[in-house]
Parts: sequence; C-alpha cells; structure tokens
Amino acid sequence: MNIHEYQAKEIFRQAGMPVPPGEVATTPDEAEAIARTYGGTVVVKAQVHSGGRGKAGGVKLASTPEEARAHAEAILGMEIRGLTVNRVLVTPAEDIASEAYVGVLMDRKAQAPTFMVSAEGGVDIEEVAATNPDAIRKLTVDPRYGLLPHQAYWLANALYDDPAIIKQAARVIAQLYDAFRSAGASMAEINPLITTPEGEVKAIDAKVTIDDNELFRHPELEALRDTDAEPWAETRAREAGLSFVKLDGDVGCCVNGAGLAMATMDLVKYYGGDPANFLDIGGSSNPEKVVAALEIITADPNVKVILFNIFGGITRCDDVANGIVEATRRIDIKTPIVIRLTGTNEEEALRILEEAGFSAFTSMDEVVQKAVELAAGA
Amino acid sequence: MSIFIDENTRLIVQGITGRDGSFHTAQMMEYGTAVVAGVTPGKGGQTFEGPGGRTVPIFNTMDEAVAETGANTSVIYVPPAFAAGAILEAADAGIELIVAITEGIPVQDMARAHAFARDRGARVLGPNCPGLISPGKSKVGILPAQIVTPGPVGVISRSGTLTYEAVYQLTTAGIGQTTCVGIGGDPLIGTNFVDCLEAFAADADTKAIVMIGEIGGTDEQEAAAWVREHLDKPVVGFIAGQTAPPGRRMGHAGAIISGSAGTAEEKMQCFAENGIAVAKRPADIVGLVREAMGL
Repeated sequence: MNIHEYQAKEIFRQAGMPVPPGEVATTPDEAEAIARTYGGTVVVKAQVHSGGRGKAGGVKLASTPEEARAHAEAILGMEIRGLTVNRVLVTPAEDIASEAYVGVLMDRKAQAPTFMVSAEGGVDIEEVAATNPDAIRKLTVDPRYGLLPHQAYWLANALYDDPAIIKQAARVIAQLYDAFRSAGASMAEINPLITTPEGEVKAIDAKVTIDDNELFRHPELEALRDTDAEPWAETRAREAGLSFVKLDGDVGCCVNGAGLAMATMDLVKYYGGDPANFLDIGGSSNPEKVVAALEIITADPNVKVILFNIFGGITRCDDVANGIVEATRRIDIKTPIVIRLTGTNEEEALRILEEAGFSAFTSMDEVVQKAVELAAGA
Repeated sequence: MSIFIDENTRLIVQGITGRDGSFHTAQMMEYGTAVVAGVTPGKGGQTFEGPGGRTVPIFNTMDEAVAETGANTSVIYVPPAFAAGAILEAADAGIELIVAITEGIPVQDMARAHAFARDRGARVLGPNCPGLISPGKSKVGILPAQIVTPGPVGVISRSGTLTYEAVYQLTTAGIGQTTCVGIGGDPLIGTNFVDCLEAFAADADTKAIVMIGEIGGTDEQEAAAWVREHLDKPVVGFIAGQTAPPGRRMGHAGAIISGSAGTAEEKMQCFAENGIAVAKRPADIVGLVREAMGL
C-alpha cells in the first residue's frame, strides 16, 4: 500500500527523525492560511502516489502566502501520471547545503532489508544506479539482529566528511530502520536527506510503502489508505477479497489464480484482443465473489465481453458452474459471457452451464478466441 | 525417484484443526501421504479423524510431535499472523522440509524465518505456494491429485492453477511427472527455481523439466543461467504476465514489475538465450516437451 508524503513524514517524526513541519491543504484558501502561519518562503507539494512530481510541475516554491495560494490553485486538480491531485503539502522551504539519498527496501535476492545510500541525492536513485553505481553504498541487514550501530555509521560515513554531520546522519539512518520495521514497510526512503548551511541534517521528502500483509497488525496505517486515489473498482475488489487491476482493453477477465489470470490476459493479446483487467477470483465457488467480480467488470464501459477461465482442482467445476449460474441470475448483465471450465467434474459443469444458456468450453485457447471474436464484433 | 518428497515422507500438519488444514489433511491421506501427526496449540491429546477410519494424533508442540512420530516434513495451514512462528517452530524441531501454504505472511516475518530456517538446515517451500506432489508416492499441500500421473517430467512453478493447467495438459497427453513443485508467489520464498533444478538434475528418473515463471524478480533469469552452465536435461519454460503493466501487483505479492526490471519479455528472452524452449501459450508446453524428449 502506498501512502502520501505527508503521512510518511508523520511516521518518520514518530521515529524521532528531523522532519520539518508541514500541513496539508485541500483548497487554495487553506494553502494560503498555512503559508501565512509559517511566514517566509514555503514549498507547495502535490500529494499523489507517483514519482516525478517535480518534473510534472507539482512542486513549487512560494515566497508569499498569495503565491502559495496561486500555486495550490494550479496544482490541486492537476493530473500527474493519470492521478488527480486532491491535496497539497505546505511546508517551510529549507536552505540546502547538500542533498543525499537514504533508502531501505526488502531485497528479494538477499531475503533481507537492504540499505542504499548515496551522496548524490535529490535525483532518481535508479538513474544513479545505472549511470554511476560506485556512488551508491549498499548494506544488507541481518533481520535477526537488525541494523547495528556501526553499520549505520558506516553508511553515514559514505555521505559526509564532517564528523558532527556523520553522527547526525547515522542517527537518522538508524531511525529510518526503526520506522521501516515498526510500520511493516517494504520500502522507506528519504530523498533528499539534506544538510543546512548551519550543519543540520533534515529529511525533507519521505516515501514509504507498507507491506499489504502487515495491515492486519496496523489498523492505524490501514486508515491512511487514500481511497480517493484509487479507482472505485479497486476499492470494491479489495473489500470483496478479490485481486483486481484495471487495464485498457475490452475483454473482461475473471479467472481463478493469479498465474492463470495473467496467462489468460496474455492469451487474449496473443489472439489479437485486449484484456480489460486482471482479476483473480480465488479458489472458492462462492457466488458472492462471482457477483462482486461481475459488478466490477461490468462497471467498466469498455468491456464488450466477459471471459471466465476456471481451473477446477480442489474446488470442483460443477460447484463453480453453479456459483456462476446463481450469480448471473442475481444481477442483470447485458454483456455476453463466455466460460471455460476444466478439471474435476468438467462434464457435469458444462451441462449445468449449457442448460443455463451459456457458451461453455473446456479449451482455454477456444474460449479466448471466442471472446476476442465477440469483442471485435460488438 | 522424485524430489523432496516420496514414500519415506512422514508428515506433520501444522494447523490440522482449522478449516483448510482439516480438509487438506483428509485429501492428503486419501492420496496415501503418511500423515503421522497434527499440531494445534491447545488441542494436544485429541485425534484427527481421517478417511477410512484412520486417525492422526494431535500435539500441542512440534517438538513433541517430532519426538513421538519421527516426522521429517511439515505442512503449514496456519493463519498469516502465526505462520512465520510455525515455520520457526518446525525448524527448531528438526524438520527437514517445511511447506508453507499460507498466503499473506508479512514479508518482514519471512525475512527472519528464512534466516532462522537456513541456520537450522531446514528447507522452506513457499510461502504462498500450493505445495508439491510426487505422483503415486506422496502429496504435501493442496495440489489436486487427480490431475497428475507418474512419469518422467519435473514441473516447477511460481503459480497454483496455472501449474495445474500445465500438469493437466501433460497428464492428458499421456506424459507423467516425477514431482510437481509449486515454489510460491511471494517475494521472499525459501526454495527457488535453481534449488529445484539442482534436485531434478540429480534425479535419474527426471528426463525433462517444465519451468513456469511469471513477472517480478530475477529468479527465472538466474535459473536460466544455471541451466546453461550445469544442466544436461531439456527444459521447457513459460512466463505469465506479458500484458501486465509495470508497478502493479498482479495478485501474487511477488508478481510486480519494478521500474523496467522483471518483465515477461526480459525473462522469455533470457530463457531463449540459455537454451530453454519457450512456450508462447500454455497449450504449447506439451508439444515442446514431446519435442525435447524425442517423443
């Protein structure tokens, strides 16, 4: 789960990190009022789940409250990589002497949290990794012991020469690890970590991704979820216990299992069609889930055909077929539906579906070709 | 022969009294797996009633269960909040193979559990995996037994139903399997493609291998390099997620393209460059296996 910069900064503050103050505005009036209370120059920053906010014009300096208002007016409602900005963060501008990058993420290969730090901050770390890998210092944390004090110091030592600043930075790095742990994050980064001309270290940007699997432990973090920032269908899917990702095509897909769902989308493309979505309905024959899936798929006006692809293993095909029949009786669907079921009790399942008036198949290739054909003809 | 499990597998079910645990215990016993014990804290002393009037003793702790039954393998159907703890307990009790079916275990819990299990010399399969089956010998996990048949092909996959799809096609075409292993869809998994390839390489009965990967991570690329350098058995590969957009998690927590890394194209190209026959569709797998084996 992605959270906004202002929320990530709050997590950092709770871990004791030096983060400048800031407040969130949803209207230009609020932005102006916040700027007035801080006095001096402020930064107005778009709060949206996307990188590249600066380049998109979503981060602006304002030397007066009126200017802050004007910037907020321009930024609120703007689209950054397809996401609408509903909030801005207003925060005092800092004098910057240097910018560094500090981040920790769960590394798949090392199977452990891994730090990356670089004296080249304020830019995309993937770019630094590609163009100047020597500028990055990496450290894998042993998850049994956590980040040890000398390791934090060793990382900070790669960033600065001044011993007083290294000491401050080592403390921030240790606090970042604590925040990463306690929030159940899969990624936490400060970019940039700045030094001021007075020799203070501050985190002026924050990015945290929470591991979805940790949310049961952290109701306070679940509350940070910005449902305005995600399409309705994804909220509905999550509530119904389905995995759903919207795409741009017209073949609505409803599949059991994530791997098979991806393979089904790929096969739609292979036969010249375009999948409208990824949807994993899970392993049950529960009609409630089928109803939710159908509601989500049919809410997309692009969808011209609905394609079911179900492999019945432990869940028997006839149970799944009954679930589909019951679900389609409960909601009114105009879109044509094609169904492929294979596995245990597939003959019985086909009989049930055909009696209910569906075109049913046992071959994945045949049903996908049929769906693509229907979408093209519709 | 087979890999990881066979007729000598003696299994403990962790979470045997839960809905999934009890259902799949019965299924495994039906298949002939030697389920020797169950563990559910607080239910020690009770018995699990299996099919055909067979019963399985339940213990409070793994330590007791192993001491009483000499089990060497465990399977975990414990809810996500407690599943990593169940892995630690199994590793501490001396279990050699721990199969973690549970989906949704926090990734930081798994980082600790994997490190702990490595220290204890235990192999973890999964988590978030369907388990494995050695047809005709033993089944540990949730794979449907009726779609497999004994034979010469080893199957390794990150997916559940997509594996069933491929295995069912093999079986329908009369091509059986030594062992089918679901390694799991999570970002941190205990047994990866290379681990399985090593085991299949050493298994004389396995004549060809089917590898089913997906977007996210670099496990497939490392496996491809390993195949080129070490393996003299033919491999057929398939990658799911050619149409997946970057930055979005496709169901599995591990199925996500980060930046431009871990795409299906990259993995398929890597397979092809390292001598792995790439299936463009699941339906092509059988033909490529036939070709590779000279059938």
